[in-house]
Amino acid sequence: MARKFVPQIITANDLFEGDVIYLKADGTWSREIAKAHIANSPEQVETMLDIANGQPGSIVGAYAMQIEINEDGTPAPNHFREEFRTRGPSNYFHGKQADIKQTGA
Amino acid sequence: MYAYSEFDESFVRNRVAQFRSQVARRIDGSLTEDEFKPLRLMNGLYLQLHAYMLRIAVPYGTLNSRQMNQLAYIADKWDKGYGHFTTRQNIQFNWPKLRDVPEILEALADVEMHAIQTSGNCIRNVTADHFAGAAADEIEDPRPTAELLRQWSTDHPEFQFLPRKFKIAITGSPNDRAVTKAHDIGLRMVRNEAGEPGYEVIVGGGLGRTPMVGKVMREFLPKADLLPYMEAILRVYNLNGRRDNKYKARIKILVHETGTDEIRALIEEAFIEQKKFFQAPPAELVEGLEAAFAPPVFDNTQSLAFEKEQSENAAFRSFVETNVAEHKNPAYGIVSVSLKPVGGTPGDATSDQMRVLADLALKYGHDELRVSHEQNIILPHVRKADIPAVYAALKEAGLATANIGLLSDIIACPGMDYCALATARSIPVAQEIAVRFDELKLEREIGPLKIKISGCINACGHHHVGHIGILGLDKAGVENYQITLGGDGTETATIGERTGPGFAAEDLVPAIEAIIQAYLEVRDSDDETFLQVYRRLGAAPFKAAIYKDEANARAA
Repeated sequence: MARKFVPQIITANDLFEGDVIYLKADGTWSREIAKAHIANSPEQVETMLDIANGQPGSIVGAYAMQIEINEDGTPAPNHFREEFRTRGPSNYFHGKQADIKQTGA
Repeated sequence: MYAYSEFDESFVRNRVAQFRSQVARRIDGSLTEDEFKPLRLMNGLYLQLHAYMLRIAVPYGTLNSRQMNQLAYIADKWDKGYGHFTTRQNIQFNWPKLRDVPEILEALADVEMHAIQTSGNCIRNVTADHFAGAAADEIEDPRPTAELLRQWSTDHPEFQFLPRKFKIAITGSPNDRAVTKAHDIGLRMVRNEAGEPGYEVIVGGGLGRTPMVGKVMREFLPKADLLPYMEAILRVYNLNGRRDNKYKARIKILVHETGTDEIRALIEEAFIEQKKFFQAPPAELVEGLEAAFAPPVFDNTQSLAFEKEQSENAAFRSFVETNVAEHKNPAYGIVSVSLKPVGGTPGDATSDQMRVLADLALKYGHDELRVSHEQNIILPHVRKADIPAVYAALKEAGLATANIGLLSDIIACPGMDYCALATARSIPVAQEIAVRFDELKLEREIGPLKIKISGCINACGHHHVGHIGILGLDKAGVENYQITLGGDGTETATIGERTGPGFAAEDLVPAIEAIIQAYLEVRDSDDETFLQVYRRLGAAPFKAAIYKDEANARAA
């Protein structure tokens, strides 16, 4: 029996800043996981990965990550490593947790 | 200190220029990431979890004030105002931007520094005893040899694509502070029966997935034979080391699978061949290197300031007890500056702290600083009479933590707070342990204890050789920590043994506390150290203390 499909989003690092980024519905990237576009089928994952990998001039190391879905429909990480990537290190208030403005990217 | 020759200078400047052009070509799309990645790694630039990371070589851990000030400048101008000193005596910046890296490398070249061979399957930065040239127990300063090895290994055309990375450590003292037995090659400076200086050569040590204590390949190698013998070891490894499996590619596996005697025979055979091509280094080179590391002109003026301050100031006395080591000149002391304040990140220094350290080195320390593999900074030559002033300045800068060699002097790798390879976090574990034992006020009573934490099996935090080692793993999507006991990174090197099942993050500190409590209960006297107790009694009393509930459950 085929394993049940788990919704996924595409993540990568920004080539210039190194920061974690997430692929949005319009094929551009956000620094915030909440803005990531959710793939609901293996085919959608493939298509989105192709879009991501078509941008080698601005991103590095795109991959699909499994997620959980919040009550408001936004994606949330389902592993601690991905959770850390949404936020930054725990020893200093650096990285995303400090950089993301209320308006978002 | 060694000063760059014209050759060194132009080599480093050329590499900066090459990398500048490589970055430009990556940005304009001429280079793909697959093409660019090996080039950036050759220049110490990693892409980590949240950002790029630049790893800068500090050859054999030696810095002068100008270099330390430049690191502070880089931290302020292109990073977030701090740097992280590593267990390989290097420094890492955690937040550089790709476009700025060529500028950073240029700024490093201005003070004779670089990030070359800090990554990749090549001979990495040669590490050395951080007390080199100062220690009372030293036979000979290992740094002229370390510098010779740096020159030999830098851009060595044959050894840029070894089966795997290759690490060399050297000590000139019988008390091994450089963990030589856990390196691909460890060199110990010794003298033969005739009193001639040479090296004991240890090969095939290493930590990581398959920890091993190195094997003695040569009990005595005459000094003049060093380079052909090193060349022989590397050639045997380069030809025979496994390239089919990354996890079996280090020389320790080759030595282990082939057998020590067999490998020794291969090396000796290659050595005879290599000796034909290697003349001993020319006398002027050897003399030049020795002159570069000649001891400073010591000031032996007598003064009672040191003794007086100790009798009047309990905090200073306590600092001296742990942080000042015996210098070969009785009028001097070696001051270890702890980068482990309670609750802080092991190995981190702010740019302001770096400047304070540089100033102190210049004013009181013959312009010398060292980075230790234990992630502290050393002022190797401080006149005892000046130590009270140094202490006062350190205190002002938040650098006077008196814990060297004690429980809170913890080694920790960056772990999953930064590292892309990590399977769990290390830094918060170190912070929690230090904070908890600060509350208990037990540290001095516990005495010498080395806790070492790695956030993955690669063991950058040297957990295998910690008296108490902690390894962070991902167990079914949750951070989980295994404990090893009885490890030792000194001349009596031993790999620690796992206690049993790991602990969830919230159960780890209580487990460490239980281990310490058990130690305090079973030690013969206050002088019997944790490691001595472990060697006397084994793991049993500690296992009983941390797996109590399970034992009770079984009994029920």
